[in-house]
Order: sequence, then structure tokens, then C-alpha cells
Amino acid sequence: MEAAELLGNSGNLKRRKVINIIMLTLSVISALAAIIPLVYIFFYTAAAGISSINLDFFTELPKPVGEPGGGIANAIIGSIEIVGIGAAFGIPVGLLAGIYVAEYSKTMVANLVKFVTDVLSGIPSIIVGIFAYGVIVLQSKNFSAFAGGFALGILMIPTVTRMTEEMLKLVPLSLREASLALGIPRWKTTLRIVLRTASGGIITGILLAIARAAGETAPLLFTSFGNSFWAESLDSPTASLPVQIFNYAISPYEEWHNKAWAGAFVLITLVFVISLIVRIITKNKFHQSV
Amino acid sequence: MYLFRKKENIELKEIKSKTHITDLLFEKTTLLFALLIIFLVFWIIYEMYKDSEASRQMFGWGFITSPEWEPVKEKFGALTFVYGTVVSSLIALAIALPVSLGIAVFLSELAPQIIKTTLSFLIEILAAIPSIVFGFWGIFVLAPFMRNVVQPFLESALGFIPFFSGTKIGFGLLTSGIVLAIMIIPIISSISRDVLKTIPQAQREAAYALGATRWEAIKMALLNAKSGILGATVLGLGRAVGETMAVTMVIGNRAQIKLSWFEPAYSMASVIANEFAEASGKLHLSALIEVGLVLFAVTFVINSMARLLIYSTTKKMTVK
Repeated sequence: MEAAELLGNSGNLKRRKVINIIMLTLSVISALAAIIPLVYIFFYTAAAGISSINLDFFTELPKPVGEPGGGIANAIIGSIEIVGIGAAFGIPVGLLAGIYVAEYSKTMVANLVKFVTDVLSGIPSIIVGIFAYGVIVLQSKNFSAFAGGFALGILMIPTVTRMTEEMLKLVPLSLREASLALGIPRWKTTLRIVLRTASGGIITGILLAIARAAGETAPLLFTSFGNSFWAESLDSPTASLPVQIFNYAISPYEEWHNKAWAGAFVLITLVFVISLIVRIITKNKFHQSV
Repeated sequence: MYLFRKKENIELKEIKSKTHITDLLFEKTTLLFALLIIFLVFWIIYEMYKDSEASRQMFGWGFITSPEWEPVKEKFGALTFVYGTVVSSLIALAIALPVSLGIAVFLSELAPQIIKTTLSFLIEILAAIPSIVFGFWGIFVLAPFMRNVVQPFLESALGFIPFFSGTKIGFGLLTSGIVLAIMIIPIISSISRDVLKTIPQAQREAAYALGATRWEAIKMALLNAKSGILGATVLGLGRAVGETMAVTMVIGNRAQIKLSWFEPAYSMASVIANEFAEASGKLHLSALIEVGLVLFAVTFVINSMARLLIYSTTKKMTVK
């Protein structure tokens, strides 16, 4: 009835067709619009940063304003330390919690954990910074790589948990049943069969979490703070790449801006490479499961 | 024969009880870590509540409604920051929502496979770019562009609206709204795409069979997915509200409430980022933590709402 009515009215049809074309075009345009800032940021950063990238950039300490050369080796090493501490704490917690949520998903606790993980992933990173400040910096009375790593670890947990859960759920139930039928206990089944099958996807999640943590600035501002020199120990203020970029970016010196662009370029490249690896791993995964 | 069987039984039993213990141990260990996450979240809330006590007792609810923030006089009110956060996030949402919907429709309904995978990948990368890079780009590229091109144009075209007039500095609410929009487009568009995919293809086919144009079929799918899309939007809002570095670098960091979107402002996350490490005293620090507490409460409510909306749509559709 309705169809006949619609088709019968040709004037209306023309209008509908025009609207159709307009809306579809708008859809295509918005897709293009999203790529513009990405491409722009990428190439602008590359262009502005690449001239300052040389061996010194990765191996030397920062020089004071006015002196040419120097690098941000301390910030790069500092970032690796802080992210490493975060990973050492965040990944096991996220992984094991993810296993629980996926393998014992019928319990009420599992649902609660799922919800709380979502809450945790929505907490602004700066708040996690405040927390780490209160729990570690205030107690130990100094800024430290530990405090920064603790904050980053918390921020990694939701990504790892979620990815683990999703990847484990992709593993077919028949595989678990086959393993159990062979008399392999459940815990061994989970660790040796299920986890191994899903390992590609889980590594993906871990890489994503690390990439994201490596770019985090806000939670480090008042936990690991910053340092123009090498950090004395993990228990003292430590420079990190993002914080260094921030300090340089808001400084009035052109030289420092160039260094910051170079740092930003390193960060973006890191993100790009990790995303690419992740893509390749998940793509293989997809083909396997199909 | 009988004996043999019995022996086997015993062995089985032994294996069973042995594995039972390790299985139990394994389950409880993973449970422990799962509970650790819950504990962490509660600990965060407790810590923030405890550390903001001085400020809460001093200012009460007036903290949220007072626009005065003067560390020297030890007077603290968060209204200007709340205003900056809310307005810049809403501007971001107003820009990001239509664009994200366009992308979601393009990705789920229109694009051929190769473009689909490439675009999804690019959007993933956009989501992964650190916010410090957006902020840096904002300072040196977007802000001058806003000052020299966009703001003069907006003032001449829409200057009669108070939002679009005033001093053109380049740093302010509008600029941070735009940077935030770029940052939340990936999350809104990818979740909307996923939600659109859960709408059964049969519905679109039915629409085509009735003579609907492609857009009309898509519109129907969008209407069916509306609570999921709303969820994605709210999630994007949550992200915008909590974003720190990019906003700190482009919002201008001036604690004031002005109608004009060209004016510099200050956001909750930014004031924490700027003043925390150099807080002038106990009360100042406590007030900053209270700002954090308010920010936490806002993002918590926003995110819970978003999750419930998304759960409800995807569940409903997949059950069918």
C-alpha cells in the first residue's frame, strides 16, 4: 500500500532522490573530513621534527637554551623506565582479571568487574595522576619513576582486561571441551590451550595499552615530574618524552620547539608502527577464525 | 576384572581431587586480580575524597557555585573551570556528532571493502595519537589559523550572535572545542559503526522492497540504533570532559566566564595540570583535588549512562 503510494508520487520521488544524494555525499565528505586533520598532523609533525632528529637527539642530554645540539636521551630512557614499571604492574593484573571475566563469565563478580573496568577506562588520566601522587609521592616525599609507572599501570589495566576478555571469548568452546575430554584440567586448558590460541589478540591488546601509556602526559606531570639530567634512581624525579615535549612546547624558544616537534614525531611514529603491527596480527587472527 | 576396575576408579578419583584443588586455586587467583580492579577504583575514590577534605569543609557546596579562584587569598571556587569544561566539551560534541555519524554510515553502509579497512585503520591511528601532539599542533597550527582566518570570518558572518564576537586571540573555548572534536570523532564513529552493524540487514532489505531510497533505509537503521548512538555520543562527551593536555595547551588558561567562544577560558582538568605540582599550600592542593573529585563524579555519571545505553542496544539487537 505504502509502496504504491510512494512510487505513484513522482514529484515526491524526485525530492527523495535529491535528499538521498545529498545525505550520501555528506557521509562521504565527513569521512574525508576526519582524515584531513590526521594527515595534516602527521605530515606537519614530520616536517617540523625531522630536521632535529639525529643521533645526538637519542644519545645526548638536553643542552641549555642557546647552546646548539643536545638531545633528549634522558626523556626517552625515562619513558621506557616508567612505561616498563607500568607494564610490569598493569599487564599481569589486566591479563588475569580478563581471564577471570572471560572464563567465569556467568558469575555476578564477572559482570561487576566488567562494569568497573569500563568505569576505570573512563576515568580521566589526570585523576589517576592525582591518585598516584596521594598514594606514592606524598608518602615517599619525592617525585619518582615509580609513581609515574604506577599511574600508567592503572591506565593500562582496562585495555588489557577488555582485549583479553574479548579474545578469549573468540576461542571456540569446542576447543575447551576437546581439551577437557582428554583429561586436561581446566586451569591447564585455560593456560595452555585457550590462552595460547588467543595469544595474538592478547599481545595486540598489550601493545595497544603500551602505546597509549607511552603517550600519556597528564598523569606524569606530578608523579614522575621531570628532570633535565639522568634520573639518579627509579625513586627520583624522572624525565619522560611526553612531559619533555610539553615543557618544550610551552617554552618561548624556537630551538626547544624544534626538539619538541622531533619528540612528537618519535611518539607518532611509535603509535603508527604499533597500530600497524596490531593490524597485521589481528588480520591474521581474523583469517584463522574464518 | 573387578579388581582392575576398582583400581582405575581410585586413580580417576585421585586425579579429580588433585585437579579440583589446582582448578580452585587458579580460579581464585584470577578472581583476586579481578577484585583488585574493583578495589583500585574504590581506593581512587576514597583517596580523592580524603585528600580533598580540607577544601570540602572550608567551602562546602559553595565550591562548585563560586567563580572565585585566588590561591593567594586562599579563596577557591570551581565554577569558571566547570564552565570551561562544559562549554568546550559541548562545542566539541556539536562538531563531532554529525561528522561521526557520517563516517559511521559511510563505513557500515556505503564504502567498498578496501576503503572500509583503510579508513577504519586511519581512524584507529587518529584515536591513538597522544593528546600532547594534538595540543602542540593546536598551539602552532590551529590557533593561528583560528585567529587569522576562522574567527574573523565567523565574526563577519555570525557576529550578531554573542558567541562569535570579541577579541580574536586564537586560544579559547572554540579552538579547544575543535581540537576536542577531532579527538572524540574516532570513538563516536567507531562505536556508532559497530552499533549500526548490529541492526539486522533484513530491515534495510524490507525498506528497499517498499521502494525506499538508500538514505531512507539508512535513516531507518539510524533510528533503530539511536540509543546505541546516543551511548557513543555520551561516551565521547566523557572523553572530552576528561581530556587534559590538548585542552590545557589551547584553551588559554584564564579563569573567567565570558559568553564569547573566542575568549580564553579554563577547564577543570587544565587547572589541575597547571597548578598541582606548584600548589602554594595545603588548602590549594586540597582544592585542586576537589576539582578532580568533581571531574571524576561528572565523568563517572556520563560514562555509566553511556555504557548502559550501549549495552541495551547491542544486547537487544543481538538477542533478536
